[in-house]
Amino acid sequence: MTPESKLESKLMSMRDAIAQHVPSGSMILMGAQLEQMIPFAAGHELIRQGRRDLTLVGPISDILFDQMIGAGCVSRVMAAWVGNVSAGVGYCYRRAIERNIPRRLEVVDYSNFTFALALHAGAIGIPFMPTYATLGSDLLKKNGNLREFASPVSEETLVAVRALRPDVAILHVQRADAQGNAHLWGSLGVAVDGARASRKIIIVAEEIVDPAIISSDPNRTLVPGFLVSAVVHEPGGAHPSPVQGYAARDHAFFEEYHERSRRVEDFEDWLSHWVLHLPDRREYWKQLGPARTDALAVKKHAFSAAADFGY
Amino acid sequence: MVAAAAREIRDGEVVFVGMRLPMLAFLVARRTHASRAVGLFENGIIRETPSTQLLYTMGDPPNIFEATQCGQMLDVMGLLQQGRVNVGFLGAAEIDRFGNLNTTWGHRNNEMQRLPGSGGACDIACLARRTVVLLAHDRGRLTDRVGHITSPGFGTGGGWRHSHGLPPASGPSAVITTLGVLRFGHDTEAFLSSVHPGISVEEVLANTGWTLRVADELIETKPPTEAELDVMRELDLHHFWTR
Repeated sequence: MTPESKLESKLMSMRDAIAQHVPSGSMILMGAQLEQMIPFAAGHELIRQGRRDLTLVGPISDILFDQMIGAGCVSRVMAAWVGNVSAGVGYCYRRAIERNIPRRLEVVDYSNFTFALALHAGAIGIPFMPTYATLGSDLLKKNGNLREFASPVSEETLVAVRALRPDVAILHVQRADAQGNAHLWGSLGVAVDGARASRKIIIVAEEIVDPAIISSDPNRTLVPGFLVSAVVHEPGGAHPSPVQGYAARDHAFFEEYHERSRRVEDFEDWLSHWVLHLPDRREYWKQLGPARTDALAVKKHAFSAAADFGY
Repeated sequence: MVAAAAREIRDGEVVFVGMRLPMLAFLVARRTHASRAVGLFENGIIRETPSTQLLYTMGDPPNIFEATQCGQMLDVMGLLQQGRVNVGFLGAAEIDRFGNLNTTWGHRNNEMQRLPGSGGACDIACLARRTVVLLAHDRGRLTDRVGHITSPGFGTGGGWRHSHGLPPASGPSAVITTLGVLRFGHDTEAFLSSVHPGISVEEVLANTGWTLRVADELIETKPPTEAELDVMRELDLHHFWTR
């Protein structure tokens, strides 16, 4: 590592990254890669630090949004889908909307496409993106960020999707250097636009690598480091969601959460056991135990062929 | 149900694959009559060779391993909006006589229940050339009017889709339930097209929340072939999705 790159290191603990960059009231993009690489470790740290009045934005989020809603951190969700992808509904989400438990929750419903377009508009610095999606639906009627308009270049009605600019995107990636130049692969979802649309980015990486590894394969650098505010080295930070090449999806964990979040008392026990009584991700990983973590490890590596960037 | 869904996919078609049963239907189609079908997933994945592992979600690592392409959500949604997706699969909590779907608000014992929401369903319902809906056949779910249009079908019927600006070649094509298959007439209202083996028309009508019309040439759904069953048994090892 050169002296300059050492000076610019953005490496810090998850605790410090959340403390410094994500105050209460923030609009946070999480779960940008859909079912993969969901930044659970960051979400749990937000819960431990007692954040309130957060706006969570993400296409589907799986059970992370449900946990943060149940923990009382959230006042608004802007998403296409909130629940438990393999097990069904999100009980904390339902309790918040139906019964204001633990607090009132505002929901702004998107479809996946309109959500992706909102981030794209933010990423390229324009006020909206046009689409035919959601025409005729009740999403269009109820979401004020979707507005019908007459096309200026054709005889058509389109939907203008207002740009979204989250305060911070938290992205779990496979590897990054200390400046935040990040390689990610596999399920991309809305991660690339989501990163560019957001005012700050926190990168959570399975591995911290030398900048030379990142620059050896620049097509895979989907987040450039100069946009990144903090880099957290947190292997396993996406559990129970999968990370291609690093960890399988812990399906049983989602099923267990489904059962243990059905009643509010059980959810509180779950939250205490898996979040509030643990200081950090290292202890969480120990609590999972080697039988479980070993079972999730990659069984058969499948490396891509090297690409020749020579000239 | 899975076999009937698989048969809605024609060889060489581009398919927007959903989760759960539609995913299994796509795999069955690929391994039987539609070996050149291409699968698109809303997380950005395109697959010409389906994964042979049981998938719980489209983001499971086996669905990415040896994929044709792993792009962004906008890439596959853009293809959908261009009209290049022949068929999209959808599930629903509720469907009505014009094929409108609700996955946002349910109700049980007169209490409103918040459901997960659209995901990509509204996009597929608006933009795919044909949509195929899979759901359990019950009176509470096949209802005269859905309480919330998460994903538009034919609205209130007739030229509703056109008047709302939706693409001309798009809309519901079939509804595959646990009892039979519904299709849509020229007036865009659903009718019973086939009943599954051992199911009576009366049973279907009694479990439908509106006066469902019945096709003049009502047929019995062809039972799954051995080849289709083989694929289902192989891919759904623990009966996770077909239990």
